[in-house]
Amino acid sequence: MIDLKDIYKIYSDGDSEIRALDGVNLHISRGEFVAIVGASGSGKSTCMNIIGCLDIPTSGTYMLNGTDVSTMGENDLARVRNRELGFIFQQYNLIPKLNLLENVELPLIYRGLSPEKRKEMAMLSLERVGLGDRAKKFPSQLSGGQQQRVSIARALAGNPPVILADEPTGALDSKTGHDVLEFLKKLHSEGTTIVLITHDNGIAEQIPRVVRIHDGKIISDESKEARV
Amino acid sequence: MNIKQSFILALKSLMGSKMRSFLTMLGIIIGVAAVIVLVSLVDGMKKDMVKTFESMGTNLITVSIRGRGGNRAVSADDMQELVFENSEVLAAMSPAVTIGNATIKYESNNVTSGCIGVNEYYEKVKNSEVEFGRNISYIDVETRQRNCVIGTYIKKELFDGEDPLGQTIKINNMAFQVVGVLKEKQGGTEGGADHTIIVPYTIAQKLARMSVSSYNFSAADKDQVDKAVEVIEDFLLGVFSNSRAYSVYNQAESLKQVNELTGTMTMVLVGVAGISLLVGGIGIMNIMLVSVTERTREIGIRKSLGARPWDIMSQFVVEAITTSGIGGVMGIILGIVAAYGVAMLVDMTVSISAMAIIIAFSVSALIGVTFGYFPAKKAARLNPIDALRYD
Repeated sequence: MIDLKDIYKIYSDGDSEIRALDGVNLHISRGEFVAIVGASGSGKSTCMNIIGCLDIPTSGTYMLNGTDVSTMGENDLARVRNRELGFIFQQYNLIPKLNLLENVELPLIYRGLSPEKRKEMAMLSLERVGLGDRAKKFPSQLSGGQQQRVSIARALAGNPPVILADEPTGALDSKTGHDVLEFLKKLHSEGTTIVLITHDNGIAEQIPRVVRIHDGKIISDESKEARV
Repeated sequence: MNIKQSFILALKSLMGSKMRSFLTMLGIIIGVAAVIVLVSLVDGMKKDMVKTFESMGTNLITVSIRGRGGNRAVSADDMQELVFENSEVLAAMSPAVTIGNATIKYESNNVTSGCIGVNEYYEKVKNSEVEFGRNISYIDVETRQRNCVIGTYIKKELFDGEDPLGQTIKINNMAFQVVGVLKEKQGGTEGGADHTIIVPYTIAQKLARMSVSSYNFSAADKDQVDKAVEVIEDFLLGVFSNSRAYSVYNQAESLKQVNELTGTMTMVLVGVAGISLLVGGIGIMNIMLVSVTERTREIGIRKSLGARPWDIMSQFVVEAITTSGIGGVMGIILGIVAAYGVAMLVDMTVSISAMAIIIAFSVSALIGVTFGYFPAKKAARLNPIDALRYD
């Protein structure tokens, strides 16, 4: 599913160079739930950006679903982001002037679906996160937990095989954070591949497979069974 | 994302900040309105002038004889002969003996007026039909009858509602009988076409103590004017063998001059108005750049969800076009209203040309594309990671 081979991401700043990713090898199979854990500056966000096709590696190959995406151009990357990936951000990243339905509809618009089809799929997705009755509300009228559920609905709308969650509970209190996590677990049990980025060990412990990153290198990769 | 969605999105975005959108459009509104007002007024003025010329007769050719001394001369009969011989290009001829400021008296009323001596063809040459009575006739000319036809301004000034037909008036102390009243041409105003008196040219020569030096011809057809001018010039050159002894002048030439003059005026005025359109366009570019910066995060979100650079680009270009297009429509409406307003205020004719409206609208849409392109390009190039991180 996700196959990173010898991924390097190097930012050169005059004489000095910063190795954000320093030879990362990572394989994630279909249906896995993986947490990438690391302190800030460890390289976990860069790793997430590369997996999310928002950034391209300096060297190495990234195969997603059997296709090499590390050499793709902007338009193809946009297409991959649109069809293969669903993003959940720490700051929800909803567009304030669009209502919930329109927000959830966005990836479907860029997929080029007809308005009827879009509305139908977006509505289904909103109902899936339990916000079907608020489709016409605007993000500012919702609590943080609800907004994060909308952003999950948006990520799910196009049924992408992979969900990428970047600190999805980071901006939430522990109760709603717990709810969001439970929802992701439910998604995983339904067969979605999920990659979650966090710095919080409490969250990482609840996730079947944990990959730890430090200074751009993977320092451990353990499944739940091994940790117990 | 298709254009219709981009357009709806653009409208939403503009409605989201109405005041800002309106102020951005204002430059375009003023520019377009200025173009429409100026073009309409100049066009109206041109139409007025053309109408004035046409009321004098579209086919009119005026000949002035300066002569060159000696015994070379042309007479009214020679000119009449010329018309008969060239009837395929020349329709009619009348001499014109002009008496600049004649004092016209009727009982105790008096008025100053220009007075012109003509023959029986004058009606045909100058489109001067009579409203009452009759025109100057062949008999009047041949027998030097002291008959005259007056314009409506003279009628109003001298007769004060009384029937002028058959009354005797004095032109420079010579008694004339009024046999006709001309049809009103310019509202009976002083100094206009209705401020005139027509008499037989034979008697006018006596009154003015001079011979005929000016003739009006009418060409058989509008398309024959050039040919008619040629025929007259050939004849006169034959008589005088010097082209400086006479001059031949026609309405088509003055119409051409009017067109040239108003054409130049239009160019200058539209140029000035065009500058305000340019300034309006820069205003749009400025606000679009601000908008791109403000919406950096939105752009990042859209890109992360699969928007291609083209999607982002078209979104901003369409927004710029929508701004300038709405501004253009408002400018057209304002321009038409203002043109009629100004015309009423200063008593001018307006002529709203569809061409001016189409051009003004296309130019404003073009401004949207041109000045929206650069900010849109900037938006499309944003790196999604940086854009998502932007606060």
